[in-house]
Amino acid sequence: MAHGPAKGISRWLFTTNHKDIGTLYLWFSFLMFLLGGFFAMVVRAELFQPGMQLIKPEFFNQMTTMHGLVMVFGAIMPAFVGLANWMIPMMIGAPDMALPRMNNLSFWILPFAFAILVATLFMEGGGPNFGWTFYAPLSTTYAPDTVNYFIFAVHIMGASSIMGSINIIATIMNMRAPGMTYMKMPLFVWTWLITAFLLVAVMPVLAGAVTMMLMDINFGTSFFNAAGGGDPVLFQHVFWFFGHPEVYIIILPAFGVVSQIIPTFSRKPLFGYSSMVYATAAIAFLSFVVWAHHMFTVGMPIAGELYFMYATMLIAVPTGVKVFNWITTMYRGALTFETPMLFSIAFVILFTFGGFTGLMLSVAAADIQYHDTYFVVAHFHYVMVAGAVFSGTAAVYYWLPKWCGKMYNETMGKIQFWIAFIAFNITFMPQHFLGLAGMPRRYADYGLQFADWNMVSSIGAFMYGGAQLLFLFNVVRTITHGQPVSDAKVWEGADGLEWLVATPAPYHTFIKPPVISAGVEGPEWRVDAPAPAMAFKTAPEAG
Amino acid sequence: MSSEGNYYVPEQSKLPIFCATAMGLMAFGAASWVIEGGDAKIFLVGLALMTVVMYKWWSLVIDENMQGLVSPQLKHSYVLGMLWFIFSEVMFFAAFFGALFYVRVLVNAWIGGEAAVALFDSTPTAAAAANNEILWPGYERQWPVMQTPDQAVNGDSAMFKGPDRNMSLPLWEYPVSQWLSKLYTLLPWLPLWNTVILLTSSFTVHVAHTGLKEGKRDVFLRYLGITVMLGFLFLCLQVAEYYEAYAHYGLTLQSGIYGTTFFMLTGFHGAHVTLGTAMLLIQFIRGLKGQFSSDDHFGFEAASWYWHFVDVVWLGLFLVVYIFG
Ligand code: HEM
Ligand SMILES: [Cu+2]
Repeated sequence: MAHGPAKGISRWLFTTNHKDIGTLYLWFSFLMFLLGGFFAMVVRAELFQPGMQLIKPEFFNQMTTMHGLVMVFGAIMPAFVGLANWMIPMMIGAPDMALPRMNNLSFWILPFAFAILVATLFMEGGGPNFGWTFYAPLSTTYAPDTVNYFIFAVHIMGASSIMGSINIIATIMNMRAPGMTYMKMPLFVWTWLITAFLLVAVMPVLAGAVTMMLMDINFGTSFFNAAGGGDPVLFQHVFWFFGHPEVYIIILPAFGVVSQIIPTFSRKPLFGYSSMVYATAAIAFLSFVVWAHHMFTVGMPIAGELYFMYATMLIAVPTGVKVFNWITTMYRGALTFETPMLFSIAFVILFTFGGFTGLMLSVAAADIQYHDTYFVVAHFHYVMVAGAVFSGTAAVYYWLPKWCGKMYNETMGKIQFWIAFIAFNITFMPQHFLGLAGMPRRYADYGLQFADWNMVSSIGAFMYGGAQLLFLFNVVRTITHGQPVSDAKVWEGADGLEWLVATPAPYHTFIKPPVISAGVEGPEWRVDAPAPAMAFKTAPEAG
Repeated sequence: MSSEGNYYVPEQSKLPIFCATAMGLMAFGAASWVIEGGDAKIFLVGLALMTVVMYKWWSLVIDENMQGLVSPQLKHSYVLGMLWFIFSEVMFFAAFFGALFYVRVLVNAWIGGEAAVALFDSTPTAAAAANNEILWPGYERQWPVMQTPDQAVNGDSAMFKGPDRNMSLPLWEYPVSQWLSKLYTLLPWLPLWNTVILLTSSFTVHVAHTGLKEGKRDVFLRYLGITVMLGFLFLCLQVAEYYEAYAHYGLTLQSGIYGTTFFMLTGFHGAHVTLGTAMLLIQFIRGLKGQFSSDDHFGFEAASWYWHFVDVVWLGLFLVVYIFG
């Protein structure tokens, strides 16, 4: 094994190192985040005022679609895979990911997939314009030819996800250091194990959905065509069988991150470690059996409506277990409010809010009113932006010092947090009102009665976009000019193997695995036999 | 869990990024190929690159194993990788089986103006009734769908025309009392032979495995060879079946939902048989070259797991697409 990274660009192209690959994933996802954010800015600029000002309705549809696709598949998912790559081997005492070359392959598929997807914007007929949920027949009978590029881009993205998740599962199941039993793994590792399982289970179903589209479009099959005996609603079933677990794929690793950060800055172990593990597993299980809550208005039999309503409401139980766990962890803790903690607390508050609107939507009878309005848009941005994106940001601030051995600018971090927090709420809180008042989603224009809140929402969106530039600046500035830190344990309250290795983390950690002693379950274990000097700067004290 | 601490972490490699490039070319190429006026050039370039990469990659992995770099722990990673890959394949088929059940049990009833699941609602809902009366008047619930809703409404000018014949168990055409005397109709029924062939091949691959474990290379090679041949035979029969369908049954991809589900399910299964046969063939060639030992033969083992998986999928198909088709 080479001791340091290779020189020049080849380091990034040919690497097999989990930290390099994690870095690639993180930067790629940030790039996609900016691109998807740019699409969102176009959308919000057009919606700033009623009437058509800047773009044509056709292009508006492409922008909303691409915004959703790029954010979900290009920004959020790869961001958490990047964190998984960086952190999981360090957290379980493994020398690297289980299958390092496949790891590199999983990453490098993504730039190709997104290049193809984005290229469609410049092709004849334009990019995908059927919404990120690409319902048939809009995405089949009435789609532009370029939908075929979209289909194959989704195929290779899916291959990337499946390989990435298999790698994560194999790493966690097979590479834990001696003594690192399942119930001693940090929660971030647990949530990723379950997420990876969800991914392996549902990405193939997505592949099935786009394959059916491909066949309907080009080869005359009638999956989604009632004339031949199929059904457009079949598309929705297949899609949401993927789609609902997908939203948990997005949020579970975020739960994991927050479950690492809150104990650190509360200086208390997580309140109920095992209940968190079981709650995560319960959520994952339930996520397979609730998909048609996205389809309350398609005309399901009443038995279906009722079943999917009650099953969906059940998810609130394990989700509540989690929220109470975070709160009770903070209760009577010695709290400090560094940037990662601020983002995590905001996560708890705003995610809970989004969960509550989810509960409202799960009431089948009420959803007939809410469905396809801005209320739904508000709901999922509370869970995906204030949920996943906030937690991703928290994770970057939390682990950045460990990654590069430099401390970020705390003041700038806090400023970014407050702008993001306020701007986020300015953007999305009014969308609840718009939705309840009846404004449908995915339209380029709207009635005058919706004008005020739309303007507010757009202003919030531009502010939120600005906060991201501050984030970028802060991270780059940290890497180039940050205050060096050398304590292995960057945060005094932090716990876990990653805080025992040197800061910045050496290129290779745990070539020899550390030995974790038996004893307490949960995250408060002790390390008995520390790995050699390459992995540890100073031998940690046990206990 | 790791204990020895000498897990092999490979050096930098150029293979992954070439593989990703090949995938990008294939994806882009496939899309431009299916679009009207497009051609296969880019796709084929991607495919060629992919072939080279695959060859190099597997050779490298085999080399590493022969150099003794592959610890038991790394081997276990390969095992996990293969098993979870097969699980993902299971889910891919689940999507198509699910589509079949949904269409067959629910949609078909609803378009025909009937209640689908008597247990829950024995009278057709207003929606189902309206479906039939307003959208597809004259369509009657049926499976296999020999008369598409399109035909019920538009007659001969329909775009989707049902097949003349289907692939279901021939006995269904006769009353139960005649089944014994009509058993001979099963003889020319291809799916039955295909089932026999695949089940036998699962058995032979198992015999090959046992032979290898007991160090009997001749048994191993002989039975693995037979397995590959059976796989190939299965594929030939499937080609014959498809030819039959297109030429004499009026059964095509375009013949409504029956043709759609029939060809997509059996087609994807056939594609997997092709892949499985190729995998086994490669193991056979490796065996001829003298590779594998009685306790180290993961390449073969993985291929044989895949083969068993393909076999199980076939049993599902045989039941729901053919017997109860
Ligand atoms: C307590 C938990 C939750 C419940 C009960 C819930 C319920 C719902 C319901 C019923 C809908 C459909 C609304 C409609 O289209 O009329 C919906 C939409 C959505 N939810 Fe949730 N949800 C929950 C949590 C989450 C989480 C954690 C995420 C993602 C991180 C999420 C992401 C989404 C998305 C993306 C949509 C909209 C999809 C679309 O149509 O574009 N939800 N939710
Ligand atoms: Cu959902």
